[in-house]
Amino acid sequence: MSETDLMDKPEAANAPALDAKTQAAFVDYLLHLGDNGLILGQRLGEWCGHGPVLEEDIAMTNIALDLIGQARMLLTRAGEVEGAGRDEDALAYGRDARAFRNLLLVEQPNGDFAATMVRQFLFSAWCYELFRRLTASTDPGLAAIAAKAVKEAAYHRRHSGEWLIRLGDGTAESKRRAQDALDDLWIFTDEMFEAQPGDAALAAAGLIPEPESLRPDWEAMVERVLTEATLTRPDPGFRREGGRTGRHSEYLGHMLSELQFLQRAYPGARW
Amino acid sequence: MVTLAATSPPANPPATPDAVRALLEAVTDPEIPVLTIGDLGILRDVQVDDAGGVTVVITPTYTGCPAMSAIDLAIRERLLAAGCETVRVKTVLSPAWTTDWMSAEGRRKLEAYGIAPPAEGAGEGRGALFAADPTVRCPHCGSEETEKVSEFGSTACKALYRCRACAEPFDYFKCI
Repeated sequence: MSETDLMDKPEAANAPALDAKTQAAFVDYLLHLGDNGLILGQRLGEWCGHGPVLEEDIAMTNIALDLIGQARMLLTRAGEVEGAGRDEDALAYGRDARAFRNLLLVEQPNGDFAATMVRQFLFSAWCYELFRRLTASTDPGLAAIAAKAVKEAAYHRRHSGEWLIRLGDGTAESKRRAQDALDDLWIFTDEMFEAQPGDAALAAAGLIPEPESLRPDWEAMVERVLTEATLTRPDPGFRREGGRTGRHSEYLGHMLSELQFLQRAYPGARW
Repeated sequence: MVTLAATSPPANPPATPDAVRALLEAVTDPEIPVLTIGDLGILRDVQVDDAGGVTVVITPTYTGCPAMSAIDLAIRERLLAAGCETVRVKTVLSPAWTTDWMSAEGRRKLEAYGIAPPAEGAGEGRGALFAADPTVRCPHCGSEETEKVSEFGSTACKALYRCRACAEPFDYFKCI
């Protein structure tokens, strides 16, 4: 990756002083955001050359590019706040699955096109609400990244939301596939609003919003799209979480073996 | 940030920010070569210190824009060739780039090149789900009878459109 710093140093220098415990929680949170982008970007990249039509192949890889761009900045910021000398590459390529903090939702396999669009919509609707609030973070570095990312998330939400409506309110087959994907992935959505023990201190410091506070706006948008799509909202019940504490599904390790192969085999290799 | 030094500078390196900006008129977006970085609004600031060291501040259009490193390199090459001894290129994220920063000249050049410029006055609705699409004029025949084919086009900043009047496909530089 580039040798140029993506973060403007003076902005980062204005960050509030944090005690060691809050700082560690903030690093973990930044890794959570960065890993979401990195892992979903990698998943979408798997569609390259396999999209159902050329336009969608291009769309999914464009979204992947945005997500990886966001991940680079977020991981860079995580490394800066941590202050241990780890850069974006060290964090992306040098951590094991248990150290990844992404949502379980984003590591789920692509499935068919409907499943990829459902996953994208559930995630992007959340990301939009999250980044919108993070533009007011007391960490100037995170606020600057969020101000860029929210504009991109708006387009991702729109693209996947429109597809969900088209698939749900389409043919019997497209509706069945969209509903199946929704039923399968719904169990991972509660995790987006689940607070970790460190989050309260981060929210009190104005660094992040309370995770639960995003739920009403997310629910309203999801409800609106599902109604338009004539899809049925799955019953709440069984739920899965654990991504933010490193308890991932089996899928993540397999993804990392591909994503990290080159740096594991040839540590420090550069283009 | 990477600092490069020229080996044999010509006699008259640019001494003022305006002189540097004039040189940077030659630096274009590698994916839209008719637009300079000034036209695009990604050139944010130019500083020249007492020792003649130049700092150029740029901002990315999209977080993952792969053109940024090529633009960074082109800026260095241009200024080092003009005799600057020290060139720093700094990338800033805040304030976030918006298509509103594209110059009138840039918009005109974009349309002449065959890419529809970003719609003006799209406001807060840009990219929003359930918001109406802006009216996009075909850069080939001028008709406003156009339709969106895909929200994502050949680069992160463009959408793919089709003209219903002349039937030509074209890129639209979408608003962010």
